[in-house]
Amino acid sequence: MNDVYEVRMHGRAGQGAKSGAQLLAEAAFLEGKYIQSFPEYGSERRGAPTVAYTKIAERVLRSHEPVLNPDAVLVLDFGIMRSIPVAVGLGQDGILIVNTKVCSSEIKQLAGFDGPTYGVDATGISLELLDMDTPNVPMLGALVKLTGVVKMESLESVLREYFLSKIGAEKVQKNVTMLHRGFDEVSA
Amino acid sequence: MGVKKAITGAQAAAEAMRQINPDVVVAYPITPQTPIVEHFATYVANGIVDTEMVPVESEHSAMSAAVGAEAAGARAMSATSSQGLALMWEIVAATPGLRLPIVMPLVNRTISAPLNIHGDHSDVMGVTTLGWIQIFSENAQEVYENLLLAIRVAEDERIQLPAMVNQDGFITSHAIEPVEIYDDDKVRAFVGTRSMERGLLNVAHPRTIGAMALPDYLLEVKRAQEEAMSRVFEVYHSVAKELSAITGHEHPLFEAYRLDDAEAAVVVLNSAAGTAKVAVDAMRDRGMRVGLLKPILFRPFPYAEIRDALKNVSAIGVLDRSMDFGAYAPVYSELRNSLFELDKRPKLQSYVFGLGGRDILRGDIEVVFDELLSGSLDPERQRYIGLRG
Repeated sequence: MNDVYEVRMHGRAGQGAKSGAQLLAEAAFLEGKYIQSFPEYGSERRGAPTVAYTKIAERVLRSHEPVLNPDAVLVLDFGIMRSIPVAVGLGQDGILIVNTKVCSSEIKQLAGFDGPTYGVDATGISLELLDMDTPNVPMLGALVKLTGVVKMESLESVLREYFLSKIGAEKVQKNVTMLHRGFDEVSA
Repeated sequence: MGVKKAITGAQAAAEAMRQINPDVVVAYPITPQTPIVEHFATYVANGIVDTEMVPVESEHSAMSAAVGAEAAGARAMSATSSQGLALMWEIVAATPGLRLPIVMPLVNRTISAPLNIHGDHSDVMGVTTLGWIQIFSENAQEVYENLLLAIRVAEDERIQLPAMVNQDGFITSHAIEPVEIYDDDKVRAFVGTRSMERGLLNVAHPRTIGAMALPDYLLEVKRAQEEAMSRVFEVYHSVAKELSAITGHEHPLFEAYRLDDAEAAVVVLNSAAGTAKVAVDAMRDRGMRVGLLKPILFRPFPYAEIRDALKNVSAIGVLDRSMDFGAYAPVYSELRNSLFELDKRPKLQSYVFGLGGRDILRGDIEVVFDELLSGSLDPERQRYIGLRG
């Protein structure tokens, strides 16, 4: 792990890139790490491309820069790769995870990234369990499987704490299931 | 013992307000200030604070109602940004002359036009001549601590002036960071309650607030206001010492970061100072003697202390996140004023950066240091960081 582990999440407004980045930061915070998480705010409207960042470190984070050289990039909607260069600044030792049914060569080409690329059907998992397209939680499961940047237990605790009062116990449990499905189902 | 929480700068302000437990809060929503009042409103709704929250139809009314409550003897607070501050300007200007110690978090956002919701300092720099104490915060932790400090300085009976506590819109207000929230009992004992001594509801000592003053008296009133402002330094120091007993660290007028043997230094307010520290560390690792001065108390401005801290630096770059069209940029102007008294003055360069929320990167600040060390400076012409075309 680098000095600062940096994650960039690309999605469309309403898919939960901001919440996803925040959940990841809070999980790392729970493990005693220093964290920073913030989205880029544009003209907010559902469906517009969004980006959110998470930084995780062992020491205090002083810089307020956006994440320009991420260690991992998560793409919540593969369609945005047609207009957004999601892999900019992602090194060859970084990883790219795309929300897609099949991590085809077309997907890899669209991403413009030669390094390790993985796919997980996060939308499919989310539609199956919640009947909504909120792929952020399964994507986090995939990230944990591939990088171990935080523990699954930490993300589970944060999900319970974050969502319980908002959506109730049943949907929280479904989110935890989504997290594990993302973990189990991600593939190259 | 404090509790560490992962919260935003806006939440950090709301946490300070929870512990301050003001009698009255009056505010009107405006991006990016809104989450402060949103979070505080949940404390009111859940009975965690005793505050009377007054919903109003504009910022002009918000500050008017806060003035009324504070004049009555209550501890009143508001919060705003940008256009909201512009709309309440009339009452903001009146508050120091009325000697009402209202404390207000200001989430810095650019002033229209063009319309833009992001952070820069053009809102606060339009009100620095009005007589409010101005305090700036690098991150969410400082937002929280500066608000606690501000309430005690403003309400001190030697001062009785309003104070704004600044943080950068979105960059600080909407970013989640670890913040240590100190023990409620200790903080509440520190902030205390506002004395009713000067309140209109203190019927034992009737008084007038807001009387007319014609040419025969107005100058004396303003001189008294300036006297109060000049006493802020000593009160700030003594309040800071008390606050240090809770926080475990110092609360200086400004932060000098690796300045001791620095040949070149950057001066910058708020969140960009954090990024500048990373640039300073990187250049120090490469053997270059560079440092940072981050002003915290901006009004009153500690001219003598800043002059002393910078007297041995050869070249200084002042980074302003706002402009003063047809004049030197606001922070640069203060630094020039401050250094004028030196026999051997450092070389100076003014830089404008980050307007309307444009990012500033550590690399941009390293370029500034390279220019400062190279000596090719023009103190009368400001440079623009990241300007296109």
